[in-house]
Amino acid sequence: MNILVFVKRVPDTESRIRIQHETKSIIEDGLNFVASPYDEFAVEEALRLKEAKGGTVRVVTVGREEAIPVLRKCLAMGADEVALIKDDAPETYDGLRTARIIARAVERKFAGADLLLFGKQSVGADNGQVPSMAAELLGLPQANVVTKLEIDGNTGTALREIEGGTEKVVFSLPAVVSAQKGLNEPRYETLKGIMAAKKKEIPVIKLDELGLTADELAPGVVVTGLDIPPQRQAGRILRGDPAETARELAALLHNEAKVI
Amino acid sequence: MIAVYIEVRDGKIKKSSLEALSEAKRRAGEAGLGTAAVLVGAAVEGEAGDLKAYAPGKIVCLEHPALADYSSQGYAKALCDFVRESGAEALFFAATAMGKDLAPRVAAGLGAGLASDCTKIAVKAGRLEFTRPIYAGKAFLTLTLASTPQVATLRPNVFPVEAAAGGVEAEVIKKGASIPDGFIKGRVAEVLKEQSAEIDVTEAEVVISGGRGLKGPENFALLRELSAVIPRSAIGASRSAVDSGWIGHQHQVGQTGKTVSPNLYVAVGISGAIQHMAGMSSSKCIVAVNKDPEAPIFKVADYGIVGDLFEVIPRLKDEVKKVLAE
Repeated sequence: MNILVFVKRVPDTESRIRIQHETKSIIEDGLNFVASPYDEFAVEEALRLKEAKGGTVRVVTVGREEAIPVLRKCLAMGADEVALIKDDAPETYDGLRTARIIARAVERKFAGADLLLFGKQSVGADNGQVPSMAAELLGLPQANVVTKLEIDGNTGTALREIEGGTEKVVFSLPAVVSAQKGLNEPRYETLKGIMAAKKKEIPVIKLDELGLTADELAPGVVVTGLDIPPQRQAGRILRGDPAETARELAALLHNEAKVI
Repeated sequence: MIAVYIEVRDGKIKKSSLEALSEAKRRAGEAGLGTAAVLVGAAVEGEAGDLKAYAPGKIVCLEHPALADYSSQGYAKALCDFVRESGAEALFFAATAMGKDLAPRVAAGLGAGLASDCTKIAVKAGRLEFTRPIYAGKAFLTLTLASTPQVATLRPNVFPVEAAAGGVEAEVIKKGASIPDGFIKGRVAEVLKEQSAEIDVTEAEVVISGGRGLKGPENFALLRELSAVIPRSAIGASRSAVDSGWIGHQHQVGQTGKTVSPNLYVAVGISGAIQHMAGMSSSKCIVAVNKDPEAPIFKVADYGIVGDLFEVIPRLKDEVKKVLAE
């Protein structure tokens, strides 16, 4: 199986986000960047499929050179090849632009892939747009938010999470699948893998190699504002006898907050 | 026109689709546009009757035998063709599992940008301006979309549903969708319900979440007992409870779980890690029960009890039951 995995560099989930208002962007100084957690499930699933069925796992990211450590991590986990599609555009939280870049790269640089794996969303932009958009642009079936994946010959079966249950999606390959937590338990990099990944040269694909028009690369999203939510005020704290505080809380929720 | 995709599950229209429709009507009124509610499936005209109470403008039924089962490809094709034909200025979806699967596919098919999981929509100079949480709510982005149609998904539980006063007649338009043979290469073959038939945390009006303070998986029973006395409530969990294997990840609230906006969020034995608070800080009312008075969760809580959850929660259940019975 020829598997492509798409990953994104994001601030880790413990990050405190600060805003630079003039540029309507987040302040990156002091943030710890990692591969988006859902992308790790996608990489792990690709490696497991390769171990079971043979083939190759190639991991690709779209972004600045700062994303290279994320690719090295994927090499250290066991990916055969990686590539950076170098895009220096500032983050506009625009899924369509990224999906167009990915779809064109799949056609021009990575033809013949059987499976395109993604995380269900990047932790950060929280869009969850790119997998479905890339699937549509490439005319491929999709299964998103997947917690179980089976590939049998040319047919894939995925369980995907829906409200209060799961859906079984059956599709033909090639296809797009996006990973949800629960799909697997990502492995740690081995020391040997880390050492080998350090030495590897990372291939860089320039945007103009992909032949996208200026229109296709124009941002579809115009950011008009970026703000931190207002701080919630600390409220009323009850202490003392459990029976007394429980009675008081129930009354407050019913009579004052009117939420029950 | 603002068109709204209406999702039907188990023969029932999703409440979150009605929320999206109500918001479309409010914004369309402001922008001087019409609205349409769009149903997609093999035979969906029967659902149109239930929609009339919400004065949807037109009701459009896009039908084809190949759309009997949900498929993102087939449904996206039907919706893209409809939007192109009708020249709709905007298309809204509820940000449900299906809406999140389908909307990006439709947007890409139309060459349009997408505003995902919006919590606020405004009309500015005839265009829509969307507000949406990013970093699971650690920041809020406002954006406009460069192209038309403007496609958006709307977070469930945020926008109020408005029914029309009195009976409203809405025109029902039935259209055959054009789905070529062999076009659909993936489809939903089966829907498997969770046995307990619990409400999803994203759709619940009250979320009762447990963390490490519960000390073990068996003690989620305390929260389930409290949930049993509160209508439309669901059980949530912190990442550490999920990662310890105490409860399924579909219950996880926070940055690698779900972001929720219920009327009431009760955090039990949860200290309040930043990635957890990001996922629940847009709740209308937050309650914390924790024995550590220094727990960060108290900084965001509207009401808190400093105490032993094993003593407080069973008593809270009895007291809630009493006030609800009054």
